[in-house]
Amino acid sequence: MAMQNINKASDSTKVDTSHSEHPSAVTYFKVAVALCLLTGLEVVVFFFEWLSYGIIPVLAVLSVVKFALVIMFYMHLKYDHRLFSTLFLTGLFLAIGVIFALMALFGWFNAG
Amino acid sequence: MAEATASNHESEHQTTTGLNHRKILMWVFLGSDCMFFATLIATYLVYKGKSLSGPMPLDVFSIPVTTVSTFVLLMSSMSMVLAYAALRKGSLKGYRTWILSTVILGSTFLGFQTFEFYEFANHHVHIDCINPVDLTDYEQGLFDKNCKDGVDHYDAQHGLTPKTNLFGTTFFVLTGLHGTHVTIGVIWLMSLFLYSFKKGGVTPERHLDTDLAALYWHFVDVVWIVIFAVVYLFGVFEGFPS
Repeated sequence: MAMQNINKASDSTKVDTSHSEHPSAVTYFKVAVALCLLTGLEVVVFFFEWLSYGIIPVLAVLSVVKFALVIMFYMHLKYDHRLFSTLFLTGLFLAIGVIFALMALFGWFNAG
Repeated sequence: MAEATASNHESEHQTTTGLNHRKILMWVFLGSDCMFFATLIATYLVYKGKSLSGPMPLDVFSIPVTTVSTFVLLMSSMSMVLAYAALRKGSLKGYRTWILSTVILGSTFLGFQTFEFYEFANHHVHIDCINPVDLTDYEQGLFDKNCKDGVDHYDAQHGLTPKTNLFGTTFFVLTGLHGTHVTIGVIWLMSLFLYSFKKGGVTPERHLDTDLAALYWHFVDVVWIVIFAVVYLFGVFEGFPS
């Protein structure tokens, strides 16, 4: 019994270098097509003058979608251990916080 | 035999988390690199519209050229992931093909960036003083100053360098450091390509070496996705201060 527990513990501490699942080459290709279409859409939207300031959230959303596609499928965060996502997203959210804090400090959000 | 076994088990040593420490370290590095680029992007944004003299983004940016270079970098990410997939399947030939494609696409992106920097540094202004059309604010200033009576056109070089204005400083530092990251990535991938010719150098069992390089390469790609939108597209959007 004790020996079995030791074996179980040993198994659980083995390095997990493999992914639980892996997308196929077709999926990678589909993601690449989506990324290209989204980039094209960004440029097309840019020429819609009637959007005015509405272009900001539109471009932001398109960039976030592209960013998410790359980190989920190409960087395998969708399939990998959650610790990797936690480590990266912690840095990412801190980074976003830094950008908004600096912009606020320099009066970017002041009216007028 | 014993050597092969040792090699196979090299990457399977035990860790307290059950995860490979090299991979954890890479993700920690990428998280910290997010903050590095965030400070540069924030600096670019807070100094936007604070330049006392031109040229400004509207004068120098060429969205079609940057769109093509963005497309090239996105395609390099696809070839990188296909190289990794080929290695996992045990196809060394496929691995070499795709990783060399990634190197070529990455180098092409760097070529675009070099071309862009050269064009900015040698930016030429031509104003038809008799029939001025579609002048930017900076060009309008030059028109008012130089198009006096009897002058039919104005031609001069108004290059953008890191020393020209705040826009030049923040733009070149941000995109230059991104270019440095791309250069490091190209060297890393090229070394993996050459290493694959060494017997046992690159094997499906040792896929982590390529996995780490791929993570770094995709990160460089996602940073460019942000730079393309924030610096280039917002840069020439007339609602933003330029």
